[in-house]
Amino acid sequence: MHERSLHEHAEALRKGEYTCTELTHHFLDRIRKHSDLNALITLTEELALEQAIRADERLARNEAEPLTGIPLVHKDLFCTRGVLTTCGSRILENFVSPYDATVVRQLNQAGMVTLGKTNMDEFAMGSSNENSYFGPVANPWDRKRVPGGSSGGSAAVVAARLAPVATGTDTGGSIRQPAAFCGLTGIKPSYGRISRFGMIAFASSLDQGGVLANTAHDAAAVLASMSGFDERDSTSLSNTVPDYLAILQKPLRGMKAGLPKEFFSAGVDPDIQKAIEEAVKVLEHLGVRVVEINLPNCNASIPCYYVLAPAEASSNLARFDGVRYGYRTTNYTDLSDMYETTRTEGFGAEVKRRIMIGTYVLSSGYFDAYYVKAQKLRRLIAQDYLQAFEQCDIIVGPTTPTTAFHIGEKSDDPVKMYLNDIFTSSVNLAGLPGLSVPAGFDRNGLPIGLQIIGKYLDESSLLNVGHQFQQHTDWHAHIPRDLT
Amino acid sequence: MTRWEPVIGLEVHVQLNSSSKIFSGAATAYGSEPNAQACPVSIALPGVLPVMNREAARLAVLFGLGINAQINRRSVFERKNYFYPDLPKGYQISQYEHPVVGRGSISIETGTGRKLVGITRAHLEEDAGKLLHEHLDSLSGVDLNRAGIPLLEIVSEPDMRSAREAVAYLKKLHVLIRYLGISDGNMQEGSFRCDANVSVRPMGEYQLGTRTEIKNVNSFRFVEKAINHEISRQIDLIEYGGKVVQETRLYDSDRDETRSMRSKEEANDYRYFPDPDLPEMVLDESFIESVRQTLPELPDGRARRFAREMGLSETDAEKLAADRDTADYLEAVCKQTRATAKTVANWINGELAAALNERNIGIGSSPVDPFRLAALLDRIEDGTITGKIAKEVFACLLESDASADDVIQTRGLQQITDLSKIEQVVDDVLAVCPQQIEQYRQGNLKIIGFLVGQVMKQTNGKANPRKVTEILKNRLD
Repeated sequence: MHERSLHEHAEALRKGEYTCTELTHHFLDRIRKHSDLNALITLTEELALEQAIRADERLARNEAEPLTGIPLVHKDLFCTRGVLTTCGSRILENFVSPYDATVVRQLNQAGMVTLGKTNMDEFAMGSSNENSYFGPVANPWDRKRVPGGSSGGSAAVVAARLAPVATGTDTGGSIRQPAAFCGLTGIKPSYGRISRFGMIAFASSLDQGGVLANTAHDAAAVLASMSGFDERDSTSLSNTVPDYLAILQKPLRGMKAGLPKEFFSAGVDPDIQKAIEEAVKVLEHLGVRVVEINLPNCNASIPCYYVLAPAEASSNLARFDGVRYGYRTTNYTDLSDMYETTRTEGFGAEVKRRIMIGTYVLSSGYFDAYYVKAQKLRRLIAQDYLQAFEQCDIIVGPTTPTTAFHIGEKSDDPVKMYLNDIFTSSVNLAGLPGLSVPAGFDRNGLPIGLQIIGKYLDESSLLNVGHQFQQHTDWHAHIPRDLT
Repeated sequence: MTRWEPVIGLEVHVQLNSSSKIFSGAATAYGSEPNAQACPVSIALPGVLPVMNREAARLAVLFGLGINAQINRRSVFERKNYFYPDLPKGYQISQYEHPVVGRGSISIETGTGRKLVGITRAHLEEDAGKLLHEHLDSLSGVDLNRAGIPLLEIVSEPDMRSAREAVAYLKKLHVLIRYLGISDGNMQEGSFRCDANVSVRPMGEYQLGTRTEIKNVNSFRFVEKAINHEISRQIDLIEYGGKVVQETRLYDSDRDETRSMRSKEEANDYRYFPDPDLPEMVLDESFIESVRQTLPELPDGRARRFAREMGLSETDAEKLAADRDTADYLEAVCKQTRATAKTVANWINGELAAALNERNIGIGSSPVDPFRLAALLDRIEDGTITGKIAKEVFACLLESDASADDVIQTRGLQQITDLSKIEQVVDDVLAVCPQQIEQYRQGNLKIIGFLVGQVMKQTNGKANPRKVTEILKNRLD
């Protein structure tokens, strides 16, 4: 049952092959059975069964929408009313949100069933899920390896077929990189496409919600329900959301794909290099013309990102001060001691590192040298993409330079860890949509991701290409051995 | 001995008259139960986002237009980062490098003539919450009702040279913001708060001295005292060989002194940067034009018009124009009555002001509306009643909804128009006042006032005193 795609479930629910309640029980059982993955922080069984009953009622009344009755999990930085929302942090270990994030509300209204909240790198800061207060998540393809991050829990859940689909967020690659590491289809839409209201902020100008699914088709359906203008988010876009599903079938003939020289440089694992070249051949076979392009400033995306994201984070995370909610230390002498001790005990090492970097780059005397310069660089990177898109409709390349690495392998070297995002973070800096689809396996049997980057607001082309690619490949259909 | 010149600039925080907070829909009413108006955005729950309230922008623009300032088509909200329990997000959203209102000016009366005080800028920001310490038994409480109330911070140039000028500027600003309706200006409730930057320099010197900032002085009187105290403190310090250090000082009104709060070294590095949650605030021409349409006639212009068109004295005109409701009242009465503006002004400043004071209400809720007052003044004008009787009628108007004519009718207060009747009373009075007649004839002309008074008394005030005087003079001379 769990090996089916979202669309197959929707079909089966409508036909009455099984009820949503049965489907929900099935996935809840699987989640419990595979709890060793540590993919979830909170299981919302009661809520799920309640939503399942309502979904069954809607189905019975023939009032179901396409997503009604489909179970999902939410990354634990989406606020969920009456449910623990931890952001993977000790500082929110006891935080029960009194309201729903817009994304959660929209998917609830569509009739989806929330199975639980997924593990993640603390405050979405990380590329391995090792930075969670609730412990690391195992990659279902090899439990000694990381699932990627920061949406690692969401990726592990979908890869292990513990739910058909999961929400995630992507600030520098946090959907696409775990999708690549776990053999999934993951999309980060254009900045502003999905409301950030109720999505706990890491770096506000880069954060964007999105989906991790097994296929582009599944991702398209959920993305459509998550997208759209929200009056409670001033950065959300009022543009109409296209019918993503209708566009999937469009032939690719005549489309132009740009291959950035910079994404095929040394440092990319040879197995990945080969898989991407094969994938490009598939696209060519489908009628896509390939051109070489340049993104000359993108090699600066990591330093640029690691100035701007921590700067925003240092301010965004100031509200976690132990005064109004969340963790507060029990031992303190006065106000400033309460602040210091609460935050020292409440935040993990990586979060503290980024708060310090961010505070530093915003400090008077350093602001121009770091923050202002990084903003200039950000504009140059965005211009690179604008120029590149004069020659092509999409840009393709590897999602990551390596496949999933071992737990503990990079956790002592932040810079090495940061380089995981080398192909993904420039997309966030430019505000563009990005998709990762499975494109093969390396010598260790670990999934490889193909990244497709689109023009601003052109999620449609990404999903179209992803879907057509998946009609001619079966990488997305593989399931980790012991999880079938 | 050196003569010292004080240099003063003021920063005024005005709470804007908006029913909802600047970045959320929460209410802004004063005096609610603690945290009754603390919505998720005010509490800074995880995940919430600010959304700009256009009404606050409108009020800021209205102010800018009111002082003839540059209105910036693009302005930017930034984050001012610091930790304090009354600041729920750990940063205040404010405008820093790109404020909504640019340069403008306000003219003040200094006692030695008019003077223009430059306004450097005015920017939008959110208010912080309040800490509560009472009844909490060694704990502190945080009330976030005020957190997020829209503020306009109005920054002046260091153009004032005395505490008196500073107060004149503040009062002028206070009149203006209430005139524009952008704030109630209630100082007790903190709707109008002032920080003063004070320095001194030798007279004739161009270079500014080191300044100190006096925080949060909340009455006109205290502003004057605090600045004067700070000026003397700085002069004393320098004359005894000391140096003024740049610092923030707090005024203690009980002791009438300022105390150091924090030095420049201890000052926060606020790490301002543009708030990524809020796009630039873009104001287009049509929006600014639509605000301009709502700009009322302002106190200075109105006072000039009152003097020019109504023949009021400059002092009367200025006093009446300074309050929008009073000025509106004056104009409404003048439109209805044949009485002169001067008479109307005297009634507003005299009888009406006294009555309102006694009841502790504003002219806007006066029990006697402009129509009823106008009708009363007409009856003086056409000789139906005397001014003295009018006061009696006015007292009745205050207590009931009756018209002046009703009161005059039912109480029989009409002036005696029959001259023979007055002559009769005059003769009666003269018959019993031989002494006063004697005094008058010996040259004490003032005694006639006493005789007029007697006649008025006999007629219950209904005789026209001018007529009475005339008749008396005829009889005596």
